[in-house]
Amino acid sequence: MKNRIRRGKTGKEEYALQVEGIGSRRFAPMLALPFSVYMLIFIAAPLVLIVLYSVCVDPPGDMSFTLSHFKRFFDFENPVYLQVLWRSFYIAVISTAICLLIGYPMAYILSRMRPTVRNILSVLFILPMWMNFLLRTYAWMSLLENTGLINTFLTAIGLPTMNIMYTQWAVVLGNVYNFLPFMILPIYNVLVKIDPAVVEAAQDLGANGRRVFTKIILPLSVPGVISGISMTFMPAITTFVISKLLGGGQYTLIGDLIEKQYKVTGDWGFGSVMSVIIMVLILLCMNLMPSSSRDHAGGGLL
Amino acid sequence: MKMTRRFVALLMIAGTFLCLFSGCAGEDPDKRTLTVFNWGDYIDEEVLQIFEEETGIEVVYSMFETNEDLYTKITSPGGDSYDVIFPSDYIIEKLISEDLLAEINYENVPNISLIDEKYLDLPFDPENRYSVPYMWGTVGIVYNKSLVTTEIDSWYDLWDETYSRNLFMMDSMRDSIGVTLKMLGYSMNTRDMDEINEAIEKLKEQKPLVLAYTGDEVKDKMIAGEAALAVLYSGDAVTVMDANEDLAYVVPKEGSNIWFDNMCILASSKHKTEAEEFINFMCRTDIAEMNRAYINYSSPQKEVYENLPDEIKTDPVQYPSDEIYEQCEVYEDLGDYTQIYDQLWTEVIAS
Repeated sequence: MKNRIRRGKTGKEEYALQVEGIGSRRFAPMLALPFSVYMLIFIAAPLVLIVLYSVCVDPPGDMSFTLSHFKRFFDFENPVYLQVLWRSFYIAVISTAICLLIGYPMAYILSRMRPTVRNILSVLFILPMWMNFLLRTYAWMSLLENTGLINTFLTAIGLPTMNIMYTQWAVVLGNVYNFLPFMILPIYNVLVKIDPAVVEAAQDLGANGRRVFTKIILPLSVPGVISGISMTFMPAITTFVISKLLGGGQYTLIGDLIEKQYKVTGDWGFGSVMSVIIMVLILLCMNLMPSSSRDHAGGGLL
Repeated sequence: MKMTRRFVALLMIAGTFLCLFSGCAGEDPDKRTLTVFNWGDYIDEEVLQIFEEETGIEVVYSMFETNEDLYTKITSPGGDSYDVIFPSDYIIEKLISEDLLAEINYENVPNISLIDEKYLDLPFDPENRYSVPYMWGTVGIVYNKSLVTTEIDSWYDLWDETYSRNLFMMDSMRDSIGVTLKMLGYSMNTRDMDEINEAIEKLKEQKPLVLAYTGDEVKDKMIAGEAALAVLYSGDAVTVMDANEDLAYVVPKEGSNIWFDNMCILASSKHKTEAEEFINFMCRTDIAEMNRAYINYSSPQKEVYENLPDEIKTDPVQYPSDEIYEQCEVYEDLGDYTQIYDQLWTEVIAS
C-alpha cells in the first residue's frame, strides 16, 4: 500500500500523498469522520426509517407490523397505483431519451470548440440552473398557456394556436428543460478528456470520420452517457412539481402521490411503501446498466 | 491546499457568526411571546405590529398552506411551539376529539360579544368552548362572462360539454367530491358508500372535460382568462373579480359548502393568557375590519358588518342571502372515511 502511494501518478494517489502530508497516517481516517457521521444521520437513518415505516400500520403512531400498504399498492384488480408507477416510468424514459438525443450532439459540438469558447458556453448551459427550478417551471406555465406568450405570438402572425399546456407533453417538456444540463455535462466532461492522440491514431490507420466516431469516440463516451442517463432518469421519475404545474394534476406521477401521502392524507406508511418501491425500481434500472464505468463517469460536477 | 485553507477560513467565519447569535438562544423569562400559525396571506400584517406595540408581547408569525399541512405540523415533534392556530371547521372537530385544543377562558376574551351569534354554536364546536370565528365563506363557481354562453347556476354546468377543456376543478378531495355529492343531492359529509361511489363515477366522467386540477394558481389563470369556469372559494372570488371585470361568482342552486376558519389555542401552549389576549384583540372592530379589508373574506364580526357600505352588505359573493346560507353545509370530520375519500379521489385524478 505504502509503496503504491509513493509511486503514485494518478490524481487520487497524489491526493493521498497530500493527505499524508497533512498529518500522520492515523490522522487520515479522522478526515472521513464528519462525512461518516453526516451519512449516518442524514442518509442511513432516514432510509432505515422509510423501510421500517413501510411495514407499519400507522407510523409514527401505531408501529405494529403489517403488509397491507404493499397489498394496497399491488392491487391487480384495481391497479390505480401500478398505473401511476407505469406512467412515471414511461414519462421518465421518454424524457431521458429526448435529453440524450438533444444532449449528446450538443455535448459533442461543445467539446470540439476552442477551450475559451466552450468554457463560456458550458457556463451558459448551467446559468439557468442558478435560478430556482420552481420559478423556471412557473415561467413555462406562462409561456405555454392559451393566453400565454407563445400562443399570443402564433395568433398574431396568423398561425393556429397549440394547446400543449396541461397535457403529458407539457410534463415531458418540463422534464427535458429542467434536466437537460444533467445529460450534457457528464457527456461533455468525458468527451473533452478523450486523448486527441487516440483519435489521430485512428485517422492515421485510415479510419474515416464516421468510423472514428463509431469505433473510438462513441465507445469512449459511454461512461458519460450512462452517468447522464442516470442523472436525468432519477429526477425525472421522482419529480412531482412539474407534473402538478404543467400537467394540471391530471398526469399524476408517483412523486405526486408520495408528496400527497405525507402532506395531505397523513398516511406515512403508504407514502413510505411508494418511496421504497421507487428506490428499488431505480436500483434495478441502475444495475441493468453496465457498471464498469461508474467511478470515472464524471457526474456530479455541477 | 488552497481549497483547504479556504474551507478553514469559511469555517471560522461561520463560527464567528454562531457566536454572535448565541445571545438569542436563552429565552428571557420576563419577555412575553406568542407564536401564531395562520394561513398564508390571511392577515393584514400591520395588525401584528399594532398588537406588539399595544401589549409588548412579541409575536412570532408563521404560515401554512392547507388544513392537512397544519395538522401534520402541530402533531409532529416540535408542534408544541405554536400557541394560536387558525384551522377550519372539520379540522377543529378532529383536533377537539384528539384533545389537542385548550378551552378558551372567555373572561379574557370579552370581545366574543361582537361576534354575530349566527356564527357561533356551530356543530363542529358546540358552545364555542375551543374556537372563536375569524373568517367564513362559501365554495362556488367563478365564471368568465365573456366566455360562457349559458347561464351558470348549477354544479351540473361543470359537466356541460360546451365547456370541454375550459374549466378548472380544485385539486382538493373534500371540495371536489363535496360539490359532486351536493350536485347529486347528497350530503357533503356522507358515509354512504353508494352515494360516494356515484359521485366518484361522475367525477371520472367529468375528467376529459377538465383542463386542470389546480391549487392557488387558479386565481392567476382565471384573471388571465385561461378558462370559462372554475371552482373557487368566495374570498378568492372577490380577489379575482377585482382584477378582471368579466368574472362573476355564483353559489350553485343545489347548495354548497360553507366554511369557517376559527382561532384556537393549542392545549400544549405555554402562553395561554397571551393567546387569549391576541384572540380578543383580533375580534376588536378596528382590527377585524383591517383584516377583512385586506383579505376580502366575510367577517363574522357584527360591527364590521354593520359599518360596511351597502354594496358589500348585499353582495351575494361576500354576504350571501339567508336562503343560500341555509342551503350550505359545513364539513364534518370524516374520521375513518378520510382514507376512503382519499383513495377514491386518487383514483379519479390518477386514472
